[in-house]
Amino acid sequence: MSDTHAPAHRPQDLDDAIAGGVGESPLRPDGTLKVRGDFAYSSDLWAENMLWGATLRSPHPSARIRSVDIGPALRSPGVHAVLTAEDVPGRNLYGLKDIDQPVLAEDVVRYRGEAVALVAADHPETARRALDLIEVDYEVLEPVVDAELAAHDDSLPKVHPGGNTVRYQPIVKGDPEVTADVVVSGTYTVGMQDQAFLGPESGLAIPAEDGGVDLYLATQDLHTDRKQTAAALDLDPELVRMTMSGVGGAFGGREDLSMQVHVCMLALRTGRPVKIVYDREESFFGHVHRHPAKMYYEHGATRDGDLVFVRAQLYFDGGAYASKTPVVVGNGTTLGVGPYDVANVSIQGWGMYTNNPPCGAMRGLGAVQPAFAYESQMDRLAEALDMDPVELRIRNAISRGDTTPTGQVLDYPAPVAELLRRVRELPLPEAPAAGAEPDIRDLPGGASNTTHGEGVVRGVGYGVCIKNICYAEGADDFSTARVRLQNVAGEPLAMVHTAAAEVGQGLVTVQQQIARSELEVERVNIHPNDTSVGPAGSSSASRQTYVTGGAVQAACRAVRERLLAITAERFGEPAAELSLSGGKIVSRESGVLADIAEVLGSEAIEETREYHHRETFPLDERGRSERAQVQHAFSAHRAVVDVDTELGLIKVVQLDCSQDVGKAVNPESVVGQIQGGSAQGLGLAVMEEIQVGEGKIRNPSFTDYLIPTILDMPPMNVDVIERGDPNAPYGVRGVGEPPTISSTPAIVAAIRAATGRDLTHVPVGPEHIIG
Amino acid sequence: MRLNLTVNGRAMTADDVWEGESLLYVLRERLGLPGSKNACEQGECGSCTVYLDRVPVCACLVAAGQAQDREVGTVEGLADGEELSTVQRAFIDEGAVQCGFCTPGLLVAADDLIERVPEPSDAEIREALAGNLCRCTGYEKIMAAVRTAAERSGGTSGSGSSAGGDRT
Repeated sequence: MSDTHAPAHRPQDLDDAIAGGVGESPLRPDGTLKVRGDFAYSSDLWAENMLWGATLRSPHPSARIRSVDIGPALRSPGVHAVLTAEDVPGRNLYGLKDIDQPVLAEDVVRYRGEAVALVAADHPETARRALDLIEVDYEVLEPVVDAELAAHDDSLPKVHPGGNTVRYQPIVKGDPEVTADVVVSGTYTVGMQDQAFLGPESGLAIPAEDGGVDLYLATQDLHTDRKQTAAALDLDPELVRMTMSGVGGAFGGREDLSMQVHVCMLALRTGRPVKIVYDREESFFGHVHRHPAKMYYEHGATRDGDLVFVRAQLYFDGGAYASKTPVVVGNGTTLGVGPYDVANVSIQGWGMYTNNPPCGAMRGLGAVQPAFAYESQMDRLAEALDMDPVELRIRNAISRGDTTPTGQVLDYPAPVAELLRRVRELPLPEAPAAGAEPDIRDLPGGASNTTHGEGVVRGVGYGVCIKNICYAEGADDFSTARVRLQNVAGEPLAMVHTAAAEVGQGLVTVQQQIARSELEVERVNIHPNDTSVGPAGSSSASRQTYVTGGAVQAACRAVRERLLAITAERFGEPAAELSLSGGKIVSRESGVLADIAEVLGSEAIEETREYHHRETFPLDERGRSERAQVQHAFSAHRAVVDVDTELGLIKVVQLDCSQDVGKAVNPESVVGQIQGGSAQGLGLAVMEEIQVGEGKIRNPSFTDYLIPTILDMPPMNVDVIERGDPNAPYGVRGVGEPPTISSTPAIVAAIRAATGRDLTHVPVGPEHIIG
Repeated sequence: MRLNLTVNGRAMTADDVWEGESLLYVLRERLGLPGSKNACEQGECGSCTVYLDRVPVCACLVAAGQAQDREVGTVEGLADGEELSTVQRAFIDEGAVQCGFCTPGLLVAADDLIERVPEPSDAEIREALAGNLCRCTGYEKIMAAVRTAAERSGGTSGSGSSAGGDRT
């Protein structure tokens, strides 16, 4: 390293910019490991002397537990521990918002699938068989299964002592009693959707010599998991160390605890490493689902098509435990009119306890359900007005400066009308040539050979949506990043360390890009996620590029400031005149001063920063708030479908999307998010529903719960625009959720156009088209 | 029971195998090859797709004993040492990998397709991969990856991998 204070006077090459920064599409750093099969997902982990855990679950949606006999299971060869509620060392309750769910059921069970007992054994089959030997004496009770009834019928049993309402929220704007020239109304229902991430819930717990435990797991939020787990284990959180393993998708389904406390309890009891891996059936019982909803809507408009009022009552079935139900009610009611400017609004939302499976976060939470309803209403209104449905939407589209139903002024771009115009202009698929024999693989029913084109009708439909980004309603929403810059073998290397969960969305790539752009270094490593750095919050609410991106940006800038200060002192130039470029420190006056690595020498510069987004505020009793939500995102879809009107089979032929992402940090990853999100919306539109009868899931398998295959998902035109949010780092706007929301109503609108049917339930099945 | 089989060209033995174990379990838990994934374990998702005597199968549906004295090829055998196979490279380049849990099965299925049909049409790609679920990508970039892999293979003999084949 040079100790001279004289500038190096090498030619300054400003073209020597670092590749792979913000706005480019570098490849993901974990791609090679993933294609080699070497990426260690949580279910892949293994430890010497490891035992397998298994979970006994309630067969009843509502029952009193009279007794539990673990004796026969405990005496079974190969079994090392059998644990029940009595063995929970600390607080036998957890929860994300309301702390209401037992780690293991005590005297009652509130849903079919609730965890009752645990086994650790030397082989997974031994553990499963031991579960059958645990004798639980249940007094079966009548379950509460109807959320709307639960909201209004006080004679129903109380699922929890405090009553059956998790949250009630009204939103009132203007005159809720106003009348209008044209009024349309409808009742809409949304089925229970599953996240259906492919990597099963799993974790490996290793007891530590200090009395604590190390848990390697797949989750969306390490710190929230740790807080809940430590309380249940009665351990100092510092003794519950969590490290992220590979996550096989999440989509909201890993926000709540599943095996975390259980596997730690077994490890601490046996003194041996214990691994729990759910199979697919258990996964359906072991995580929350998307809230089913029943929604009553009334829209009023002038004869010219200006919305006058929207009135709605929304019932969300939260199931047995609260999970994210309060957030779902908040999102559902505040976003319940959609991306439209409406002067008079009255929306009431109920989130209810029932004895159905617990529901919580899933991509687009709380916004998916009303979007199906309000977009169906907009189509119905267009028909009543004899207007083009896209023109009606454009006429009423919300835009920058407008006020939401909660009284919040949108002080950032809201290009809803533009998105609708753009998606309408995207190329349509070619119509099948007249007289030509179609390829049956392109038709509804596909290779099943159910039609050669007879009875097949094509329809086109549109949908547009609004989704709030980040946590809302007064939550202190922040993330933490630690960035270390050092000289490794003559090259500057940045290490970015956060607890922000990479669940497949590409956050690791985004963090590298930000560090490259801010520090002008090529090599950026991502430290494994763990709890040795501050919280990042959950990889949910489309928030991580915003908040963790903001934290990485802030930490990098702090590192840069120190680096420039050191350089300024060494070279006697004012720090304000210095900048970084292509791995070098450059003076405005003197050109290149030195390589970054040279200035660093053997010193590392490390800075940790938190990023908090703008403050939000709670809703009052009329649903008013100066700023309930920090940002809103918008997307518009157009769907083209072919429907076999004789058999009720549907083929989505093309699905196109225009979305505003503020700033595409990684354009290719943005497109990947839009494609993947749209596929999940397609699933909800035409195939995905957990069938629940008398509180029991009837289809807990991929044989009976269908998600889109490569045959179901059509080609997409994706149109990304960037109308930056001046309040967000780089202008970013959350990307992941909107495409899941607006795709569903667009597809259903297209099916309506093809069939003339009302279609008030998703998913749409053949029975809705033929019946 | 003791199980003898060849995996990715190497003779392997697993002891104390319980008769009810699947080939997938043996690969993942006994042979240290967790690349093949356990997403549904009932033959619906394809994430455990491996070659069994060069034929793609769901390893979760193969009883361990059925693999006795047979040749198994897994995702770990697709690359030639440090060099990724054409299909693997294309999945990375086209952004076909997000969470990556479906990727190992898709790679084996796509490798098999290009081996059998060097220039597959889109309809043939969709048909061949219809048994492999992906929840992240919406499949568009997977389609792109398979098209790219086929192109780069030049319509010659498959994607240049010898997984499950005769590598010694």
